[in-house]
Amino acid sequence: MLSITCAGFGGQGVLTAGLILAHISMIEGKRITWVPSYGSEMRGGTASCRLRIGDSEILNPFFTTMGALVAMNHDAVTRFEHSVVKNGLVISNSTMVKDHAFRGDIRVVEVPATDIAASLKNPRGANITMLGATIAATRLFPVETFADGIDAYFAKKGRNNPLNRECFLRGAAAVAEV
Amino acid sequence: MPLQLMKGNHALSEAAVRAGCRFFGGYPITPQSEIPEYLSARLPQSGGIFLQAESELAGINMVYGAAAAGFRAMTSSSGPGFSLLQEGISYIASAELPAVIVDVQRYGSGLGDISQAQSDYFQATKGGGHGDYKCIVFAPASVQESADLVVEAFDKAEEYRNPCIILSDASIAQMVEPVLLPEERGIDPDKAWAVRGKHGGEFKRVTSTMYYIEDFDAYIKNKYDTMAHNEQRWESVHTEDADVVLVAYGISSRICKEAVSEARAQGIRLGLIRPITLWPFPVNAFSGLEHVKAFMTVELSALPRLDEDVKLACEMRVPVRHFLGGVSIPDSSVITEAAIAILKEQR
Repeated sequence: MLSITCAGFGGQGVLTAGLILAHISMIEGKRITWVPSYGSEMRGGTASCRLRIGDSEILNPFFTTMGALVAMNHDAVTRFEHSVVKNGLVISNSTMVKDHAFRGDIRVVEVPATDIAASLKNPRGANITMLGATIAATRLFPVETFADGIDAYFAKKGRNNPLNRECFLRGAAAVAEV
Repeated sequence: MPLQLMKGNHALSEAAVRAGCRFFGGYPITPQSEIPEYLSARLPQSGGIFLQAESELAGINMVYGAAAAGFRAMTSSSGPGFSLLQEGISYIASAELPAVIVDVQRYGSGLGDISQAQSDYFQATKGGGHGDYKCIVFAPASVQESADLVVEAFDKAEEYRNPCIILSDASIAQMVEPVLLPEERGIDPDKAWAVRGKHGGEFKRVTSTMYYIEDFDAYIKNKYDTMAHNEQRWESVHTEDADVVLVAYGISSRICKEAVSEARAQGIRLGLIRPITLWPFPVNAFSGLEHVKAFMTVELSALPRLDEDVKLACEMRVPVRHFLGGVSIPDSSVITEAAIAILKEQR
């Protein structure tokens, strides 16, 4: 079972990224839970969600330490880096997280997700770009399988945009380059 | 019907419509607002009526009226809004009409806050309103159970002609899990007891049944005794050889299940009783557990509530302790440590 936290500014699509990951995991036969950060949140404040993905019943949807952190901004790194388990994974949006000294006992994948999404003229696709890096780095699913899942997810919502797949694949490719 | 990914509140709402609910009257309050939001779109599609009432008081009394006409009706609320429903629930119980009331528990007394809690236990199980009545109280611990138990609640409400409560909480309501939704059912408002308006049917009174039932004391006691006997539901996890048994419902039971699994991996004999009905409290779950050295309730509330019912259920033969939380959600390891500490005391 993998515990993942996705965090960033409200509006960066962190909750959506988590939901897409949850949805495709479910389609691929995994058990999942998705819990949003919940409280009297401020607009523009930090948003986060926690996912657990596994092959057997997810007992507890909550956790205090995680195997992977998807950090869309600097605040997400500050808030959650210390909760990543030893040898765990941090996917960091390096467009937003600059000059940060990460812990030495974790694996860090830095992806300029906001820049990649902007260069593809899909600025709201930074979250999808981060998902690409997450799938490539965790090897939860084959990259092509997940890319098809993203197409299906948006098609079902009537918002088919081939640039989302493009963002996803660029994010995945960025991991190979690291 | 394939699995769908749904939020607890949405799954509950969709399942209610599929169970034949055709009326909702209520007022928005976090963390239950997705229920009226969803039903405001969904009920009109299925020929039902959604009414945002001017207050919770109005909402529950609209439910009273819709129920009297034989239709499956519900309302939902949280925190202070649930307090405002209590008078109406007592009236519906007194008129012996079916209805489903959802309480998505939130933290604190007074205004409180929107985060998860389990502090409304007494209000739901011990009769938040006045007089001699009880509601069957169902406590879902997952998105799937949020859907399943609302169907069960509508069926049981009609079977006993009595309001049923779904006692959820902000965590179960807001989390997303895969869910298999129930099949769509038809509606059957043509009940012998339902009022038909001036165009049909005989004269009927919608009022407390105590006015026309003979030997009412015995009648109503028998009704609730029957429910208490027949409707206990629970899940037992590794209680058969447990030294300490946790007792928890809803979201805390999920944390406890993880604690049991972790403790067992360390060779600690921890078990769990998860009440699915809170009234009737599943006292039968506590029989045959003479080997248990102590019980510990795990409750997301600042004051213990559930532990009173556990003390009664085990007749105080062994110590009953409680582990409380609420503002912050406890880690399963902390619950295991607390259980180990109790075990050491008992040696």
